[in-house]
Amino acid sequence: MNAVFKIWRGDTKSGEFRDYTTEVAEGMVVLDAVHDIQRTQAPDLACRWNCKAGKCGSCSAEVNGMPKLMCMTRLSELPLEKPVTIEPIKAFPVVKDLVADVSWNFRVKKEIKPFKPRPPDAPDGTWRMQQEDIDRVQEFRKCIECFLCQDVCHVLRDHQMHDKFIGPRFLIHVAALEMHPLDTEDRIEELRNTQGIGYCNITKCCTKVCPESIQITDNGIIPLKERVVDDFYDPFGWFWRWLKRKSDRQTLKR
Amino acid sequence: MPNYETFEHDVLVIGAGGAGLRAAIEASAADVRVGLVCKSLLGKAHTVMAEGGIAAALANVDDRDNWKVHFADTMRGGQYVNQWRMAELHAKEAPDRVRELEAWGAVFDRTKDGRILQRHFGGHKYPRLAHVGDRTGLEMIRTLQDHGVHQGMDVYMEHTILSLLKDGDRVVGAFGYERERGRFKIFRAKAVVLATGGVGRAFKITSNSWEYTGDGHALAYEAGAELIDMEFVQFHPTGMVWPPSVMGILVTEGVRGEGGILTNNQGRRFMFDEIPEAYRAHTADNEEEGWRYCQGHKDARRPPELLTRDHVSRCIVREIKEGRGSPHGGVFLDISWIKQKLPNAAEHIKRKLPSMYHQFKQLADIDITEQPMEVGPTTHYIMGGVRVDPDTQMSRLPGLFAAGECAAGINGANRLGGNSLSDLLVFGKRAGEFAAKFAKENQHGPVQSEKIDTVAREALAPFESRGRGSENPYAIQKDLQETMQDLVGIVRNETEMREALERIGKFKSRAEKAAVTGNREYNPGWHTALDLKNLLTVSDAITRAALERKESRGAQFREDYPNRDEQFGKVNTVISKTEDGLMQISLEPLPEMPDHLKQIIEEMK
Repeated sequence: MNAVFKIWRGDTKSGEFRDYTTEVAEGMVVLDAVHDIQRTQAPDLACRWNCKAGKCGSCSAEVNGMPKLMCMTRLSELPLEKPVTIEPIKAFPVVKDLVADVSWNFRVKKEIKPFKPRPPDAPDGTWRMQQEDIDRVQEFRKCIECFLCQDVCHVLRDHQMHDKFIGPRFLIHVAALEMHPLDTEDRIEELRNTQGIGYCNITKCCTKVCPESIQITDNGIIPLKERVVDDFYDPFGWFWRWLKRKSDRQTLKR
Repeated sequence: MPNYETFEHDVLVIGAGGAGLRAAIEASAADVRVGLVCKSLLGKAHTVMAEGGIAAALANVDDRDNWKVHFADTMRGGQYVNQWRMAELHAKEAPDRVRELEAWGAVFDRTKDGRILQRHFGGHKYPRLAHVGDRTGLEMIRTLQDHGVHQGMDVYMEHTILSLLKDGDRVVGAFGYERERGRFKIFRAKAVVLATGGVGRAFKITSNSWEYTGDGHALAYEAGAELIDMEFVQFHPTGMVWPPSVMGILVTEGVRGEGGILTNNQGRRFMFDEIPEAYRAHTADNEEEGWRYCQGHKDARRPPELLTRDHVSRCIVREIKEGRGSPHGGVFLDISWIKQKLPNAAEHIKRKLPSMYHQFKQLADIDITEQPMEVGPTTHYIMGGVRVDPDTQMSRLPGLFAAGECAAGINGANRLGGNSLSDLLVFGKRAGEFAAKFAKENQHGPVQSEKIDTVAREALAPFESRGRGSENPYAIQKDLQETMQDLVGIVRNETEMREALERIGKFKSRAEKAAVTGNREYNPGWHTALDLKNLLTVSDAITRAALERKESRGAQFREDYPNRDEQFGKVNTVISKTEDGLMQISLEPLPEMPDHLKQIIEEMK
């Protein structure tokens, strides 16, 4: 059986959809079709991929308008009587064909304060943590950085507020650090200011597209929002922080 | 020479998987300027695919474990042709490398008393693999990546190195291109670390992605370093076999570590049928004992499913060849049977093997908590690679270091599962440390513009070759993969490998005529054409080494020499390039093992 794939071809300046017809076999995923087309009809068709098993998060694209990993999207899930459209993710500038410039994400991540553990619990330099205390952090750390959540987030996609909002991927990254039982860093102030957590209005689009089924909004963003609120709008919390900062400064001076 | 953009670093690390990142972190800690070149985006390297865990004798789950047992297990698994010093360093240093990851933010699964949990794996006497469900590689690469980017290194994503640059014998940099614009770049460096991973794309059925074209192996060989043990290619016993589009994708050994069993189409647990002499004393002789082992009973011995990968792969091939395979040409791997033993088995499987559950559900419509999987061997890993000094990881070329899969020595004839992630950490660190030391003791060397011009001209040739008689690079790659799969695969013989060598020669001429369309910007056709050279070099090396080793040992099985030969147990195959550009191969004696290590091996037999 043959199917038609409408693939966006172009570069930073211009582009268009082009039709390619290729044979569909049992079990094929969208990435297989792209590879077949590459091998036989369009050798210079640009796309990213690596593991082909949903573990590396390289082959993100929009398939029939939905943000997907091409390697995990079965052709049998799609209505093949119509052409299948494949285009690059749209929250970021295009490089070529299906490849988007995702470098912004790497810059944003570097700005987030890194992990800072408490002193080890045992003399041999190791820590003790209970499994139930790390389940949530492990959920967040399943993230494969496919950036589909960034792609679908309207703050980034529609409003292009990349300079004010770090997007769901990095809110989850901050959540993983903040909820890490060993971490001692405080990232709440940046969350509210430079990282723009307030722009998220919990539409949960990110959660819906996450290929790792991370409960981005419920388990990550909402608890972070609560922490921000606790810290900034609770007068006792505010006073406590002021005291703490003052004593930290004095410790430093000493 | 045109004016290529030039970057200067003290240490240039080529490859950003576990070994490359760990090397870059260590070199940065020594306060030298580090450049890190990745073929893909940062954090997407093949380390991410590692599932089962990191082998380290932490002794958190079984306090009988220590470095000596790990050392003996590694040597036994490698059938004693390992570089003993690397195996020793690896076993001694792996625990510290794992604990260090925790200090950098990794969140491993826990024991009841809150320490790092360890699981069983093939060939390891005690539960030894620190893990995070079945996504340990992701945890490791993300931890290294997130820690690394704060250490001041420069990262060059989506760049590929085409050639190393030399001044006399010394390596002084590298020349490559960036994918996005297709521009050439010069990287000058006082020391270079190769950490490019493996060669899986030389074979048709593989767990490796497009990147694994033997770049480090070929770059080192072309520059004048030696390759050893290239005949030892690991075929992981359990890759997916159905549907065709997912053939080769890895199914973690962790499935068997959690109690998964292999059966043939008659429902027989065939792994009990043949247990190698060296492992008989450590292997269960009944199903109940095997299950108790997986449940952590210290008096039980391991089930035969957890024998070494080379052996399990061959048993699977035997079942398939003799007509006892599964409908799609594999055998059955069943974890669902544990519901007879455990309440909430389905939940247990989903928690311990979440990505396997997901992978089969989504790609093959199989619910592994209810049904068996179909699996068969897949090209997974190469034990062979750049010959390096065991302590410093420097090759015979001053200033050129190698670590991880592209370096050789620690694994001998067969790698134990879990020893790869620990290898990346232990020797990545060492390579970074000694590369930084070398960089501090040496100045930048001059780069030769003629060499650069030649490499650039050759790299652009595919754009000139369009027209009659030109070749599609994808077609050459496919033909090569089929040849290696069919003729230099799990079962080898002289006639077929001679045939393979002849074909490889023809592929080389075809590769010279490879032509591409489009321009230099992000052009996968062009990249495929450029990768062919390395793939052909390593395929040639694998085949020649396999021909030279006239015996069966570990991952190498010769049907014309089906037994082990003591004489070959004392040598490595060594490949290097002659002055007139030919590939030469020799057999060289293994380094002599000191008595105290021999004694450990004796004691653990």
